[in-house]
Amino acid sequence: MIEISHVDKWYSPTFQVLTDCTTSVAKGEVVVVCGPSGSGKSTLIKCVNALEPFQKGDISIDGIKVNDPKTDLPKLRSRVGMVFQHFELFPHLKIIDNLCLAQEKVLGRAHDKAVTKGMQLLERVGLKEHAQKFPAQLSGGQQQRVAIARALAMDPIAMLFDEPTSALDPEMISEVLDVMVDLAREGMTMMVVTHEMGFARKVANRVIFMDRGEIVEDAAKDDFFGKPRSDRAQKFLSKILSH
Amino acid sequence: MLGSFDFDVIRRALPYLFYEGMTFTLTLTALAALGGLVFGTALALMRLSGLKLLGRIAGLYVDFMRSLPLVLVIFWFYFLVPYIGQWLTGASRPISVGAFASSLITFIMFEAAYFSEIMRAGIQSISRGQPAAASALGLTYAQTMRYVVLPQAFRNMLPVLITQTIVLFQDTSLVYVLSITDFLGAASKVAQRDGRLVEMYLFAAVVYFTISCIASFGVRRLQARIAIIR
Amino acid sequence: MNYNWNWGIFFQPNPMGTGTYLDMLLAGLALTLKTAALAWVIALITGSIVGVMRTLPSKGAYWFGFAYVEFFRNMPLLVQLFLWFFVLPEILPKAAGLWLKQLPNAPFWTAAIGVGLFMSARVAVQLQAGIGSLPRGQKMAATALGLTTVQGYRYVLLPMAFRIILPPLTSEFLNTIKNTAVAITIGLLELTGQARSMQEFSFQVFEAFTAATILYLLVNAVVVTAMRFLERWVAIPGYITGK
Repeated sequence: MIEISHVDKWYSPTFQVLTDCTTSVAKGEVVVVCGPSGSGKSTLIKCVNALEPFQKGDISIDGIKVNDPKTDLPKLRSRVGMVFQHFELFPHLKIIDNLCLAQEKVLGRAHDKAVTKGMQLLERVGLKEHAQKFPAQLSGGQQQRVAIARALAMDPIAMLFDEPTSALDPEMISEVLDVMVDLAREGMTMMVVTHEMGFARKVANRVIFMDRGEIVEDAAKDDFFGKPRSDRAQKFLSKILSH
Repeated sequence: MLGSFDFDVIRRALPYLFYEGMTFTLTLTALAALGGLVFGTALALMRLSGLKLLGRIAGLYVDFMRSLPLVLVIFWFYFLVPYIGQWLTGASRPISVGAFASSLITFIMFEAAYFSEIMRAGIQSISRGQPAAASALGLTYAQTMRYVVLPQAFRNMLPVLITQTIVLFQDTSLVYVLSITDFLGAASKVAQRDGRLVEMYLFAAVVYFTISCIASFGVRRLQARIAIIR
Repeated sequence: MNYNWNWGIFFQPNPMGTGTYLDMLLAGLALTLKTAALAWVIALITGSIVGVMRTLPSKGAYWFGFAYVEFFRNMPLLVQLFLWFFVLPEILPKAAGLWLKQLPNAPFWTAAIGVGLFMSARVAVQLQAGIGSLPRGQKMAATALGLTTVQGYRYVLLPMAFRIILPPLTSEFLNTIKNTAVAITIGLLELTGQARSMQEFSFQVFEAFTAATILYLLVNAVVVTAMRFLERWVAIPGYITGK
């Protein structure tokens, strides 16, 4: 579904952020990307739907090349859902309108169809009664659940999560993870940048460990947690699992 | 058309334009900026003094001045200043004060309203701990302001203050309405005398543009440096 | 102060035969408002376009916006009006110049367009700052949903940016009204101009200027009040604007 091959990205010749990254996410697979901050994991996931440009290599989604100038990027992006660290709901739009905007403007759905779809998804993430509120009136966890619903409203073929729980207060993390776990169990193709190793253990098929712009380890979940091959991954794991 | 553009008209007028006109403009700008800054700082301190009446008066003054077009204020003072002079000196007739003094008073009074808003923002931008620390050291209110708060506020606001001075420099051209020979007034007089409006006004535009551009470029450099020092 | 006050002057007929002196001032007020309204429309439209251009990734658009703003910001408004009024008709091809000179109401159109363009540079700077103050993720979220750049600005960035810059825009609108007084120099008989001619005809200088002052204060109060209502009307529940 998502093919990443030999991707290099740099801001200047001396400032390389991604080096020769190659991996893939198969249909229905859940891949967790972890690593210390500044390791390039957020950059990599943003390259997948071309939110960040990269200089070398190829990325394709469902056989369509992201870095081909002929690709209709808005159309491609509309088929890939993305959830951000800071939610990025549109503050001037009501919750339901946040869900409808792209359905109507990008997919060309009729307003009532978009609303019906939006309400179904809000019900699914447990926030139906908040449809008429504005984002600032919701808690962080609620906002992130709305953001997931907003991405799902586009009927995505895959979902990208960029540290979806890092900006949340601890007591709100589980409500967001629960939604993500359900999604994974339903067979959604997911690429998730996160430090939540509990989530990885529960639903991930594979875990990718990144450090200093490189993919250091790319292993099946049990292998990764059982016996990581690299020192760096071991150190990282011992640090975040020790608490 | 530009084919008949006569550079010689400009060349011949240069001494008059700069010795008479630009000297007036720059002197007025510098003195008005200085006076406006002093008076404006006083207004800002009044507003932040915590004394209700004083703050109210300063606030009213600032809002009043900022509600009026500069052209109207120029007319106001041009006619009012002679009467005030008479009242102050007890003379029997309104005192003629001359074009320069009249414009200078106008611009000081007008710009003070704008400078005071800048200084107020500057003073408020300084953390509350600073005056507290100064008082703890035993400094009086006046000393705190003079040695601790105002120098910092002034430095933080320097780019904005200079930008406002560039606006003031451009605004002094409005003394044209009193037929005063500032830079634009001089250009306009030559333009009318020689029937060379195109040359003179284009030249005036280029001169104002160049000076303002260089000054605002300087402000950007300064801003970058201040940003680094912080 | 030995000045002969005569507040009754407002109800005496003016020498133009257009009613009383008060009518004269009110006609001036009407022209001030008409000129300012047209100038503000021009300033808002061109200023928004230029302001948006300064936030686009394209280098060309950025530099055009930069040059535009510098051009209109670094010349006195009075000089700009002279350029449009006296110089432009002379340097245009003969026929066009002649047509311009014979245009009825030339001072009005020159003032509206001249003040409008002058103010558009300030609107552009405000809007650029407003867009710049939005979190970078907002643009990314819009892009990730498949919205095009135009849609992203139209539905996500601009609605927020304009809300944020509403208070400074209010001052710029007030500046537009005040700046129309500069057009007295090209013969526009707006409020200040009418007060000036009333003073010349009647010698009641302080009455004339007092009346004009009161009218300007009234206009200010009305605009400020109206904008307060507008701010409250477009305010987003739960969202705190301003710093």
